[in-house]
Amino acid sequence: MAAPKPYANPYLAGTGLGLVLLAAFVVAGRGLGASGAFIRASEHLRGSGGPWFDWIVVEIIGVVAGGCLSARLAGRWRIAIERGADRTASGRLTAAVSGGVLMGLGAVLARGCTSGLGLTGGAMLSVGSWLFIAAAFTAGYATMPFVRRAWR
Amino acid sequence: MIAPLVDAGLFSDSASLLLALAIGVAFGWALERAGLGNARKLMGQFTLTDLTVFKVMFSAIVTAMLGSFWLARLGWLDLSRVYVPETFVVPQILGGVIFGAGFVAGGLCPGTSCVAAATGRLDGLAVIAGMFAGVTGAGLLLPRLPALFDATPRGALTLPDALHIPYGAAVFIVVVVALAGFQAAAEIERSRR
Repeated sequence: MAAPKPYANPYLAGTGLGLVLLAAFVVAGRGLGASGAFIRASEHLRGSGGPWFDWIVVEIIGVVAGGCLSARLAGRWRIAIERGADRTASGRLTAAVSGGVLMGLGAVLARGCTSGLGLTGGAMLSVGSWLFIAAAFTAGYATMPFVRRAWR
Repeated sequence: MIAPLVDAGLFSDSASLLLALAIGVAFGWALERAGLGNARKLMGQFTLTDLTVFKVMFSAIVTAMLGSFWLARLGWLDLSRVYVPETFVVPQILGGVIFGAGFVAGGLCPGTSCVAAATGRLDGLAVIAGMFAGVTGAGLLLPRLPALFDATPRGALTLPDALHIPYGAAVFIVVVVALAGFQAAAEIERSRR
């Protein structure tokens, strides 16, 4: 396989992402989301939600398809575990599961994640979204010293 | 006709789901192109070696914010019909803190974990598994704790409402802050090189 292509300029990719978000506002009157799809699927399995096959779940199926297609076309699709040089594979996967559990808890409590609160609410100037963004990034920087060695 | 188009009854339910799929594909494509399906790249934001997360996130917010502001000004988009995430002050600050710690522990956020998994990264799959467990546990637990979960509700409160300034002034402030942030990001990356 050819060498992977370099990633796009972040401002170009970000502007493109912003246009996708704007299209969601114009077409559907709602923005983008991610944790909502997990919550919907979980509620459905517990028998407490409505149909699982709704807007947010279909959108996240699209995210998987779009990410896969983009990586394939750029030669970036490969089976791998992204980790620091002195991090074991099982250590990295354990940290990933733990981080996922915390994010699941945080997203339910906050009613959104970096997509639904961060991007969507950020662009719609929601107060709660900006509080969430500030809290999440502050906590992220406060956590990094404890895990920094894992990313060397 | 005034957007959101879905309110105009233009689409059947299945057409609306097709649009959700198309928007999702574009969302996943943009994240992958930016490199945000890669946990190492995301964590560069927190080691201050690669500020791609900030650049992508804030250029996207500014683009969508300016686009919706001007479409509303031109009378083509009814902003009052676009969903604004509701504010719950304490749950969102506390949830944000837990989420941010999980983000750095896990290396990926919910949307980017889906892109990571879709590009063959097994750490993305592990984040997805953990997140599913987390939302399930929280979904069982938090509704039993309404004193925390439903604390300090403020409804669909926006920055211009809270600060008692015109919508356009809030938009202008966010643009200025973002531009200053982009400048600072370039300087931080230069100093770390």
